[in-house]
Amino acid sequence: MSDLSRYFFYLFSLLTIGSALAFVTRKGPVPAALWLVNTMFALSGLYVLLDAPFVGAVQVLVYAGAIMVVFVFVVMLLNLGRAGDRPDLRGIGGQLTAGVVGAALLALLLAARRGDAVLPALVPSSTSTSNVVEPVAQLLFTDYLLAFELTSIVLLTALVGAVVLAKRRTAA
Amino acid sequence: MNAPNVSGMLMLILPEVVLSVGAMITLLLGVSGADAGRSHRAAMAALATAVVGVVLAIGMLTGAPLAPGTTFIANDGFRWTLTALLCAGTGAAVVLTEAYDRRAGVARAETPALLLLAATGMTLLTAARDLMVVFLGIELMSLATYVLVAMHRTSARAAEAAVKYFLLGAFSTAFLLYGIALVYGATGSMQLEGIGSAVASGAKLPGLLMAGVALMLVGLAFKVAAAPFHLWTPDVYDGAPTAVTGFMAASVKAAAFAIFLRITAEAFAPLLADWHPVLWVLAAATMVIGNVLALGQQQIKRVLAYSSIAHAGYLLVAVVSFSAEGATALVFYLVAYTLATMGAFAVLVALSDGTDRPLVRQDLAGLRERHPWLALAFAVCVLSMLGFPLAGGVGFFAKWQVLQAALQASVPQQTLAIVLVLSSVVSGGYYLGLIAPAFMQSPVPAARPIPAPPTGVRAIAIACAVVVLVLGVLPSSLTRLAQRSAPSAFAGGPTVATTIQP
Repeated sequence: MSDLSRYFFYLFSLLTIGSALAFVTRKGPVPAALWLVNTMFALSGLYVLLDAPFVGAVQVLVYAGAIMVVFVFVVMLLNLGRAGDRPDLRGIGGQLTAGVVGAALLALLLAARRGDAVLPALVPSSTSTSNVVEPVAQLLFTDYLLAFELTSIVLLTALVGAVVLAKRRTAA
Repeated sequence: MNAPNVSGMLMLILPEVVLSVGAMITLLLGVSGADAGRSHRAAMAALATAVVGVVLAIGMLTGAPLAPGTTFIANDGFRWTLTALLCAGTGAAVVLTEAYDRRAGVARAETPALLLLAATGMTLLTAARDLMVVFLGIELMSLATYVLVAMHRTSARAAEAAVKYFLLGAFSTAFLLYGIALVYGATGSMQLEGIGSAVASGAKLPGLLMAGVALMLVGLAFKVAAAPFHLWTPDVYDGAPTAVTGFMAASVKAAAFAIFLRITAEAFAPLLADWHPVLWVLAAATMVIGNVLALGQQQIKRVLAYSSIAHAGYLLVAVVSFSAEGATALVFYLVAYTLATMGAFAVLVALSDGTDRPLVRQDLAGLRERHPWLALAFAVCVLSMLGFPLAGGVGFFAKWQVLQAALQASVPQQTLAIVLVLSSVVSGGYYLGLIAPAFMQSPVPAARPIPAPPTGVRAIAIACAVVVLVLGVLPSSLTRLAQRSAPSAFAGGPTVATTIQP
């Protein structure tokens, strides 16, 4: 790992952890959601450092883009945006559960670091290459062309359904 | 990675291409031309599309011998027979929904378009051999059906049903998807064939594979409404518009069973000893629970909802038999069940008054005097569901086929056969309770006058009853068709492992 990528690794890691901490500690839904966007962005930087620029780009598009827009829209449309209107819904039980799950995940990660005893090598090791989009595109537009086209029909169905159900009723 | 053979692929998915293009034409017709009659023109276009789908599938069945399919899309008799059946069901549903929506004053072009989109997903499920395609097919079918349930926006009951269906459906989809991911992780393949061979050669991670198979079975059991995953069925079937309920009970269930059988036959056959006892219990529980709970229901749609759960149990017996005979019985049963269900729901649509008031048995009183032909058609269809000899037509032979498959399986399933017969006897209680008021009570004056049923609805009810009766006299032709329609996995004769417990 060169010095530059080491520098970026620490930068993005700190950003991710810091934003995630801010996300769970903010009381207001809107600031929390915006911190989550920040977490997603910083995560995508880590993916790029891991030689997975495609995953990084998808991370920005899907998580930081589409999913967060939906979150923020729902929060704002339902007018949940003001903190202090209602008591904090996260009770002590939820906080404890989250803490236990987090500790377990951390333990798993540390165990996995110690060797490959926990997780057997299932994925064949691949050589590092800068050409990462082509294999994805090749599969997507040859073998999985049918699935790709089908997705568009599924989206059309969802669109038609959303419009039909959400459209303002006209006097018929 | 070979370059796709586009024209060959297009031939294999021609029904889906026709149905989805038809759906788009239907949508366009809904926004073009004069305001009056828009929804009617759209419905006619959708009906024509469904008819083209039926003709196409029958043409493939009767034409040249079928070429082997790809690892994504199967090209066997199972695919084309069920595609014809599902397209026919969709066509009937188009006519019924149009009549029902028109009576309720909410006819619109999106309904037939969504029916066609659901049909695209359903026909895909008869052919899918790759879990990616399976998942997309199930999602396409389910998404369109969620919206169809919610189509009557002024009805609180429909809204409740749609939300329930959507949430539980999304929940079950999550099970299925997680199962698919685990199976992929354990076998390294998304293709049923590849999963089958990976499993046969011994999985690297048996625990992961078992968890994946279990989750996938839960997801599929939700979709076919097998007990104990049936709890959504009565409320959703009851709240949905009657015509949509018919579509869900007949076609959506048939499509879910098609993929259920193909996945178990092609991917999980080597694991038979593991999942067989589970499905055995599900089948027995579904038959008993469906039939017993139907006895206490007053509303007709709830009775038919529980009856559809019971039928899912009978169909699961065919799946559990796991042989070419079982697959034949499944296809035979699906044809008989679709005909009977569509016929019965056509009569219910004819009797509905356009409000979302639930139909109760009293609404059937004196049907013989008001609409003698509809009364006869209703009786034939309901008796067919009961499996009554002669008057029930093909329904009797359908149950007979399932029983035969269960008893002739390499390890005979006597207990399941006994449960099937006994629970069918129980079902006589509520089926006859539906027919009795139609013939033995005099009409009660309706609170709201019910307009004369449209010709299309009457035609579907009577046509279903006539086909049920004709096939009841000549069941061998349907048997031959069903025998040709066992999935290609069963073509090499019964593949049942000898480790099943009876």
